[in-house]
Amino acid sequence: MTNAKDQILLNRLADAARSGSVSRRSFMNAAMAAGITSTAATGLWTGSAKAAPSSGGTFRLGAHDGNTSDNHDPGTYVTFSMIQVAHTYRSYLTLIEPDGSLGPDVATEWSASPDAKEWTFVINDRATFHSGNKVTAADIIASMNHHRGEDSTSAAKALLSDVEEIKDNGDNSVTFVLAAGNADLPWLMTDYHLAIVPANDDGTANWQSGDGCGPYRMTNGEFGVRYTFERHDDWHLEGAYFDAIEIIVLNDPNARQTALVTGDVDAITQLELKTLSLLQRDPNIEIDNVPSAAAITMPMFCDVAPFDNVDVRNALKLAINRQDLNDKITFGAATVGNDFHHSPAMPYWPEDIPQREYDPDQAKALLKKAGAEGLTVNISVADSVFSGAVDMCVLYAEHAKAAGITINVSREPNDGYYSDVWLKKPWCVVQWGARPTPDVMYSLAYKDDAAWNESHWQNERFNELLLQAKSELDNDLRAEMYAEMGMLARNDGGTIIPFFPNFVYARRNNVQHGENLAASWQMDGARACSRWWFAS
Amino acid sequence: MGDIFKLVGKRLGLGLLILLIISFIIFFMVELLPGDIAQAVLGQGATEENLKALRTKMGLDQPAIVRYLAWLGDAVTFDFGSSIVTDERVVNIIGERFANTLFLAAYAAVIAVPVSVILGVIVALLRNSIFDKVANVVTLSFISSPEFFLGYILILFFAVKWGMFPSIASLSDTMTFGELLNRTFLPALTLVLVVMAHMMRMTRAAIINLLASPYIEMARLKGTPPWKVIVKHALPNAWAPIINVIALNLAYLITGVVLVEVVFVYPGIGQALVDAVSKRDFPVVQACCLIFAATFILLNLAADVGAILTNPRLRHPK
Repeated sequence: MTNAKDQILLNRLADAARSGSVSRRSFMNAAMAAGITSTAATGLWTGSAKAAPSSGGTFRLGAHDGNTSDNHDPGTYVTFSMIQVAHTYRSYLTLIEPDGSLGPDVATEWSASPDAKEWTFVINDRATFHSGNKVTAADIIASMNHHRGEDSTSAAKALLSDVEEIKDNGDNSVTFVLAAGNADLPWLMTDYHLAIVPANDDGTANWQSGDGCGPYRMTNGEFGVRYTFERHDDWHLEGAYFDAIEIIVLNDPNARQTALVTGDVDAITQLELKTLSLLQRDPNIEIDNVPSAAAITMPMFCDVAPFDNVDVRNALKLAINRQDLNDKITFGAATVGNDFHHSPAMPYWPEDIPQREYDPDQAKALLKKAGAEGLTVNISVADSVFSGAVDMCVLYAEHAKAAGITINVSREPNDGYYSDVWLKKPWCVVQWGARPTPDVMYSLAYKDDAAWNESHWQNERFNELLLQAKSELDNDLRAEMYAEMGMLARNDGGTIIPFFPNFVYARRNNVQHGENLAASWQMDGARACSRWWFAS
Repeated sequence: MGDIFKLVGKRLGLGLLILLIISFIIFFMVELLPGDIAQAVLGQGATEENLKALRTKMGLDQPAIVRYLAWLGDAVTFDFGSSIVTDERVVNIIGERFANTLFLAAYAAVIAVPVSVILGVIVALLRNSIFDKVANVVTLSFISSPEFFLGYILILFFAVKWGMFPSIASLSDTMTFGELLNRTFLPALTLVLVVMAHMMRMTRAAIINLLASPYIEMARLKGTPPWKVIVKHALPNAWAPIINVIALNLAYLITGVVLVEVVFVYPGIGQALVDAVSKRDFPVVQACCLIFAATFILLNLAADVGAILTNPRLRHPK
């Protein structure tokens, strides 16, 4: 993993290579000085020097997870295919750049008051809706209010619960007034629900028309089946190289992969890891394997025996062989976890926290200390959590035997897993989607009073730091706080994190993209349609 | 002829009664699905207040029997209400899907029915020959393999290896009829293979059964060539069981294609039903089930009527 500073340096180098302002020799020297190998540097040089995107063509994307009940309402966006569609025809205030930094979308710039309680976003005056109208402050306010207030049924309601008021400053900018300081607000604006839609005259959001200010205009939307788009020529950002886009919902993994192999589509989301090595043999297909901020967690109720004893929790954390799981369950397409919910793909990742290794002997010793030798516990899991979830638990049970722990894997029905098992059973397996910042993740599922505190974990120092870090605008100080919080969660928390699954997707080899791929969603942060291009 | 109308009327009445009973069963079976619709709609990301607001909006706080009667009243007038997930009219959601399913079923039937009946006649004619045995073994192997497996095999050869047909059958409005037939050929072929054995073997058995009858003996004795004996004398009397099997298989082509739709990503009603179940979208689930039930009843009715019309003894009861 290259750290953020190296990444910035490399990006600068790549830019220089592209504009032709450095020679190959000095490029190689500088790149190797930045700590990358000569092979990688050569790749980077060729990648950068030829990376002049060309326009044209119809990009056909096969996306998984679509449902007939998908619709234009941003508050109910839930399926992965809809997330791809949303980023194609609608825009957001901010976006996550391919290098993982925060970049401008409809907002050109943003700034906070010193206590991080007031955030002002300046609207790009070039941003227009597909209907031709300019994006105004009223549209932004209506779009946000759609997720706020008593009657809102939006899934993003909790995200904006701290927002007290959104003001139109009259100079093409809006100001969010928060109840408590939040340094992450610009990051929250990248959430896929918070799409900008036109406002009605009465101040409500007009999402029904399907109008948006994204790179492409939807020409036909058969929800859960197929969508077609044409380029929005007045789009306010760089990119949108394809003339037209077609997103086809292909729920069946086999149908998806076959469609790519036969050339019926140009790119697909979510590969079946079991057949990854077979697909790799096809010379016409390129596979993108991107470490992500999505996570698999195994929360234990910290207030229920035997998990109420920290030694038992840590014994269970030591009894899992993460490397083995990564080899056999995800076939290498994952980053091993370290029991704090902060992935290397998120900002402020603390790299100096030691990796917890498989150590059955120490686990045994901890159990002895806790007086819980020969521990027997149940873990609840269903195959719908992720493909291989049950296998993972069975394998974990084998690892734990070496520490004298018996883990009974109890298989729950796929249907209704998140309403009947999650937050109800004392130990289960959960899949979390990627969240943009550690604060969002911790506030959602680790804060003492969070509705989804899935491990019932209470730690005074952790919660104190969480609140402090939330309104801290100094990045270095924040990073220190998140490092301490990570350590606390790792050593005292009730959640085992076996791994952060990678995003694994594929494209035909005539489809090209930049050096980096955003890790917020599959397909370059769900923006492949506007960022990628066909080789000319 | 008056008797036939009376008979059809009676069958129709019975069919409606069965449909009513089925509607009752469907409604309350759907109620029994585990999980919570509001949760399913809003996904993992919903909070308790979100869920409450949505439940009230959807009218889920009313007792089930009240909702059943209201639903039944509307369904009689072909008004299946609105999806509780998207607010769209159910008729709009499944109308086009159902048309797609009917198209695929018709496509498959147009190939499968004549081919299997003709093949049935041929194997009856050449019974116990090598051709008969090969035809039987081949069609039986097709019917014994799961549909998705057949689909994958066809995709492997026709789409991946030989590149003759597309592997996914996604439709668009701008397609010509020829393109449409090309796109949907593989799913149609899968269905043909699945239903063929049944119809062919029934044709064969029905004809062979009749070949021992005295009047066939008579026809043979007067020197009629074997194919003429079968087509002219045996087949007309064998229609009743054949029509029955054809009707059953047609019903299967409409209601049993979920797997084929998934494998070929064909936007039919089966896929809509699966989506609706996973979203707890009751009105859509109920409407789909009711359509399936009605299809079965209607086709069975058609089979009965067909059997009567082709059998003089049933047509003129003493």
